[in-house]
Amino acid sequence: MSTEQDEPTAETTTDADEAPAQTPGDRRREEKQARMQVTERERAEAAAAADETVQLKVFRFDPEVPEKEEPRFDDFHVPYVQGMTVLDALIYARDEFDSSLTFRHSCRQAVCGSDALFINGSQRLACKTQLSALDAPVRVEPLPHQDVVKDLVVDMEHFYDQMEAVEPYMQSEEFPEGELEEQRQSPENREKIKMSTRCIWCGACMSSCNIAAGDNEYLGPAAINKAYRFAMDEREEDDIKEHRMRIMEQEHGVWRCQTQFSCTEVCPKDIPLTEHIQELKREAVKSNLKFW
Amino acid sequence: MTVHEHDVIVVGAGGAGLRAAIAAHEEGADVAMVSKLHPVRSHTGAAEGGINAALREGDDWELHAYDTMKGSDYLGDAAAVETLAQDAPQEVIDLEHWGMPFSREEDGTVSQRPFGGLSFARTTYAGAETGHHMLHTMYEQVVKRGIQVYDEWYVTRLATTDHDDPADRECTGVVGYELRTGEVAGFKARNGVVLATGGPGQAFDHTTNAVSCTGDGQAMAYRAGVPLEDMEFVQFHPTTLPSTGVLISEGVRGEGGILYNSEGERFMFEHGYANNEGELASRDVVSRAELTEVNAGRGVEDEYVYLDMRHLGEERISDRLENIVHLAEDFEGVNAYEEPMPVKPGQHYEMGGIETNENGATLIDGLYAAGECACASVHGANRLGGNALPELLVFGARAGRHAAASDRADAKLETGRTDESEPEENLDAPVEPGAVDATGGDTAADGGAVASGDVLEGAVAQERQRIEGMLERDDGVNHADIRAEVQHTMTENVNVFREKEGIKKALRDIREARKRYQEVAVSDPSRTYNTDLIHTIETRNIIDVAETIALGALARTEFRGAHWRAEHQERKDDEWLKHTLVSWEGGRPDLWYKPVDLQGENKVYEPKERSY
Repeated sequence: MSTEQDEPTAETTTDADEAPAQTPGDRRREEKQARMQVTERERAEAAAAADETVQLKVFRFDPEVPEKEEPRFDDFHVPYVQGMTVLDALIYARDEFDSSLTFRHSCRQAVCGSDALFINGSQRLACKTQLSALDAPVRVEPLPHQDVVKDLVVDMEHFYDQMEAVEPYMQSEEFPEGELEEQRQSPENREKIKMSTRCIWCGACMSSCNIAAGDNEYLGPAAINKAYRFAMDEREEDDIKEHRMRIMEQEHGVWRCQTQFSCTEVCPKDIPLTEHIQELKREAVKSNLKFW
Repeated sequence: MTVHEHDVIVVGAGGAGLRAAIAAHEEGADVAMVSKLHPVRSHTGAAEGGINAALREGDDWELHAYDTMKGSDYLGDAAAVETLAQDAPQEVIDLEHWGMPFSREEDGTVSQRPFGGLSFARTTYAGAETGHHMLHTMYEQVVKRGIQVYDEWYVTRLATTDHDDPADRECTGVVGYELRTGEVAGFKARNGVVLATGGPGQAFDHTTNAVSCTGDGQAMAYRAGVPLEDMEFVQFHPTTLPSTGVLISEGVRGEGGILYNSEGERFMFEHGYANNEGELASRDVVSRAELTEVNAGRGVEDEYVYLDMRHLGEERISDRLENIVHLAEDFEGVNAYEEPMPVKPGQHYEMGGIETNENGATLIDGLYAAGECACASVHGANRLGGNALPELLVFGARAGRHAAASDRADAKLETGRTDESEPEENLDAPVEPGAVDATGGDTAADGGAVASGDVLEGAVAQERQRIEGMLERDDGVNHADIRAEVQHTMTENVNVFREKEGIKKALRDIREARKRYQEVAVSDPSRTYNTDLIHTIETRNIIDVAETIALGALARTEFRGAHWRAEHQERKDDEWLKHTLVSWEGGRPDLWYKPVDLQGENKVYEPKERSY
């Protein structure tokens, strides 16, 4: 591989002329400082040039850092551009103002479920919440009713435990005999479970639910919806459905729901969670009548 | 020192990782997954379109293989392409048996739709959110099997021996950093490590990829001595939303969506880009067509074109493409039932990756790779829509099985240098690429391998030191500035249209980014959930991977598939029917080539002109 030499920069020569005793480390630090100054100036200019800024009040907490041990709110003034979401603003605040600002996010398109936050008093996905739809200042907090790990990051373990407590996997055991043959499912049945399969495990519903806040063992809307997804899938046999109904009927299952609809209201995927829970209650009654 | 020991360690918990873990578990292995995200957060969940599989009468694996090879512009390897086509149907059926909510026909069978570059409507799908359903269905199986998942553990390094020849090296485990606690621990793999870490889309700034797609596995394998193959082949998806890069599925065109320029012309036909297939030509063809229209002044706002699906009618749209309506509304403010959607090309997929054979094995003993991070090679110079998901199923499963089993079936494809490989001797690189402090001679330089003692313990110790160093440094450059520079230059200079001076500019910028990275500092001092640290480590991976993409792009003086060069407007089969490989040697990239495998089971794939 032939390469040209790394171009000897003019600055290096100048530095050497003016300060012969300077070490490479000194030079790097100087260059870095100069760059930082330029960047800061650019940022200030960008903020000034922006027609408007949006004020965010963001919850901060870090059990390990002395000045953040006591929860507080930090203000960030982010230059607003059209179409900007809360996630965009948080990223801007982190990358430009404070790189320790911590929040989960990944796909930016409302499918990974990482960035459910409590925004202006409501559970929402930061990535699909437009700033233009919110009153300023925009208050951004971690999901209520979950332990805060740091800043906007909450402990999701309990949520995952509840999701996994409902045996969230297909248990059908009767497969077609033909090689490469699928189980049949009617388009109507697929349609019936469609909304329930859209869950992205963001935890917004669980966080909004008063019952879940008071009863730590309550399975919660997302887990019950997951059970619904399988209980209503015609590919599973009847005995499995009965097994699922028994899980749903336990003390901390469907009967805890008091149909307050808060889960349904906050679900970013528009899943009719309360309806699904109600339908499982009706199924439970039906299956109990059958045993009598 | 904490060491978690398992038979098989799978790094990454998206589609390929989940499939690998399930397969290894089915072989009876004690398997654990280690992932920087909880599995359901993985980027497989954003895949929309579908899974190609020859399931029906009138279709067969040989047609799927032929379409794939043609789509690859004859840079796919026949053994890998045919394996994909042969294994995909069983994989789809397994997925169905696991409960995947596929879209269905009236008779209850799994629906299939047409996709670009396919001779048969063989793309199975679940609405326009196929990846989401696939990811969740496979994670459900991982839960069912009780497979251990170490989630929010970021693997930062492989533990490999330091033999001079990478082919003699062995991988015994990985080093992970737990986000929650800041603990650095070893993960020992008794049998094998499977990398399933996804693509490097974050090397570009307009991408459909998640912010987590930082090429971690590719960079780690590369620094450990495994060649990266065909990295210059980057797919730019023709239909992404201009403001965010959010993907609008090819399913829209599969269902009959039409592309218009600002003059209202259906340019794919009216300007002759693809007289037969029109909007359903291969992705590279459509992306170039769109940018050509924009450059000719026929773009909307000089930036994008329109994708219109209104004529499909509300019923069909809500039945098959409902998710698209939500995406257009939430991320572009467009009501797709009533208006056309603005779209432009965006980085979408890396065809190249960690060199593997058709069993997912790499050059290093005990190290496997599957999914987007790997290159078998199935996609060659251009991936067909609907071929990424079957790839991660087929090769995830194979990598998992081979990592778990003690007896391993031979592969047809060879890895590493052979008698047939040839060196690149005339690359006109503008700067010396590679590590700023490369020794040039020491193969163990820079995180690849460990010199002595227990390999895994040594790797953990070195990684602790590296992380402490970054946390302790008081002031320095913020990773976000460096990352933004790399993304910017890659998008500016190594995009859909590439020319020599631009690529050289990118290499100079990457060199500059490397120098600045020497000064990188993590300002957040916390050991708790330190994403500042994670992003800083990722940025190094982005730099390494971006450089291999730019080097490959500079070296390949032809136009093939997704790789278009201003100075070289023809596919040159005499000279370039070969794979580009980049090996990290002593901290420096070394370019070399190996021939393409065009010898199929029943036929030779003779390169033909690729027209649609």
